[in-house]
Amino acid sequence: MSNDKARRSVLGGVKRDFAPWADPTARPLIRFEQITKRFGETAAVDRATLDIYEREFFALLGPSGCGKTTLLRLLAGFERPSEGRVLLAGDDLGLVPPYQRPVNMMFQAYALFPHLTVEGNVAFGLKQDGLARGEIKARVAEMLGLVKLQGLEQRKPHQLSGGQRQRVALARALVKRPKVLLLDEPLAALDRKLRESTRFELMHLQDRLGLTFVIVTHDREEAMTLAHRIAVMDHGRIVQVATPAEIYEQPRSRFIAEFIGDVNLIEGGLAAIEPGLAAIESAAGRLTAADPGEAKLGSQVWLAVRPEKVRISLERPDGAAGAANCVAGQVTDIGYLGDVSIYHVRLRAGPMMTATAANLTRMVERPIGWHDQVWLSWPREAGIVLTR
Amino acid sequence: MATRGGNRAHAVTAMNDNSQPSLRARASWAQRLIILIPYLWLAAFFLVPFLIVLKISLSQTAVAQPPYTPVFDPSAGWAALKGFLAELSLVNYLSLAGDALYLSAYVKSLQVAAGSTLILLIIGYALAYGMARAPRRLQPLLVTLVVLPFWTSFLIRVYAWINILQREGLLNQALLALRLVDELPVWLATDTAVYIGIVYSYLPFMVLPIYAALEQLDETLLEAAADLGCPPWKAFWLVTLPLSLPGVLAGALLCFIPIVGEFVIPDLLGGSDMVMIGQTLWTEFFTNRDWPIASAVAVVMLIILVAPIVTYQHFEARQLEAGR
Repeated sequence: MSNDKARRSVLGGVKRDFAPWADPTARPLIRFEQITKRFGETAAVDRATLDIYEREFFALLGPSGCGKTTLLRLLAGFERPSEGRVLLAGDDLGLVPPYQRPVNMMFQAYALFPHLTVEGNVAFGLKQDGLARGEIKARVAEMLGLVKLQGLEQRKPHQLSGGQRQRVALARALVKRPKVLLLDEPLAALDRKLRESTRFELMHLQDRLGLTFVIVTHDREEAMTLAHRIAVMDHGRIVQVATPAEIYEQPRSRFIAEFIGDVNLIEGGLAAIEPGLAAIESAAGRLTAADPGEAKLGSQVWLAVRPEKVRISLERPDGAAGAANCVAGQVTDIGYLGDVSIYHVRLRAGPMMTATAANLTRMVERPIGWHDQVWLSWPREAGIVLTR
Repeated sequence: MATRGGNRAHAVTAMNDNSQPSLRARASWAQRLIILIPYLWLAAFFLVPFLIVLKISLSQTAVAQPPYTPVFDPSAGWAALKGFLAELSLVNYLSLAGDALYLSAYVKSLQVAAGSTLILLIIGYALAYGMARAPRRLQPLLVTLVVLPFWTSFLIRVYAWINILQREGLLNQALLALRLVDELPVWLATDTAVYIGIVYSYLPFMVLPIYAALEQLDETLLEAAADLGCPPWKAFWLVTLPLSLPGVLAGALLCFIPIVGEFVIPDLLGGSDMVMIGQTLWTEFFTNRDWPIASAVAVVMLIILVAPIVTYQHFEARQLEAGR
């Protein structure tokens, strides 16, 4: 019990203090240097540069076809870069074939050997290393215990459930104690409930084994729960690398802001810059943000505001505090999700905005209904000025 | 009004309830009929002819029409049936066992079938592997090319081999032109010619099942093997080959079983010393007009082939179960 508690506090501690990317003296375990991979005319990966550190849980996130899987396959050795280098612990992996790389991959559809048992699948990699039989048996048993598959050693893959197959694939990739574990959409084939519980198991496993995990996913929730840092990819390019909170709160472009959660984007021109204030002239009126970011005076910008940071009220909120921006509109749609409600509001000036509000009481009748005249307000700090 | 409507609805439901079981019974009756059709087919075209051949093999040859006795006459009643049964004997099988000629023909047939199946396996696997690894869009064309010889009559193709293999044939001319030989080797009427003919004729039956197995092979399995430290040549032995075994087995049996009974190829391309069981059968039926001994030869051949056929079916059933 106390042991468990201690581990959890360590885990929390590691999560909080773990930031080798911020340490200029830290050397990355994996380095992608100006990697380009072309298939025919199209560049699946376009001049990607990325550092991943030891013990990091790193996510490559993006819509399908953005090049994230290709980047992973470049690391595994299934693809050769057209340009650039992949370095592992300082060594160029260039011509090293996949079967000599100290990385292991968990495949999207698991790629379990159908003619081998669970035990045979997990032992496969160890047998390639020519380990003694006794050691193979011991390590396979240990790994199957770790992923809770004891008793299923003699089953064939087709006799297992989806969740069990996923565990076999994980055990098979981990049993060789790779320097880096690559996970290609590891949870995509599981149902929602199982996916959510498996996420936490993956986190604990990574922490316990002290390995570096690189995961490819198109599911932002998955990336945000699992990873220390996320690289968002779009059309073969890495568009932002940051922690989940930074990516959510400080996206660098409209694409990232929209891909990572819902967002209101209000187009306008940057009208004034003062210390701690950037004023934007938009169709919804004059709006303010705390920081102009990279925008120049007079340029076209978008003000990004997350719906949960927008307050919706029937009365005009008074007092300058917390309501630097205040616009009026009419409710056109309400999405009731139980925990929160989503309000679609047509502003008097024309554009649409979305606000979400937590349903804090158990009242069935909500005070705000369809076609109500409402006020939307948000503080200066809630808005981000984007130039792209 | 409302009550009456309600009643009617009730009545309709009741009628549906009644009709349901009879419908189900009829469905299962139809299902049984469908299952029965292949059995009827097998009974009419395999079991009945086999029983006739078996009966003839227990008869004695006679100068008559049909050329054997006894002939069963159902109109003659019980006494005739008893006499008929008493006349059946195993004497033909005894003479089969006693004559080295038959034994050597069986051994030769099995030898040729085993040898050519082995050669077919090696060539067929290589071809199928190449086809499965070819670009996707080329594969339909390659399959067509494998099947293409079927568009010409089998007999014509074997005759063509006579042309190729004869003394002044294409093969010797080519060898001469390439200065690989000084003297013209003899091909026709040798065992080599029979092997060439058989391997050529049966190749599609070996290639197609192996190709089907290899084509289904998930390529990420090979990536997984490589990822786990397995170099490509080893991955072939550990992953590709075991997963293509069903195709290999199907191809081997599809070739082995008919080759044992092959008649045309050894007859046209082989020499007089190459006597396979199919030729023996032919000689007994048509030259010697000894139907009983020919039938006995056929029955023994069937018994020899039952083992591989049963193995094949057992394996297929297991495959089907595993596929579920």
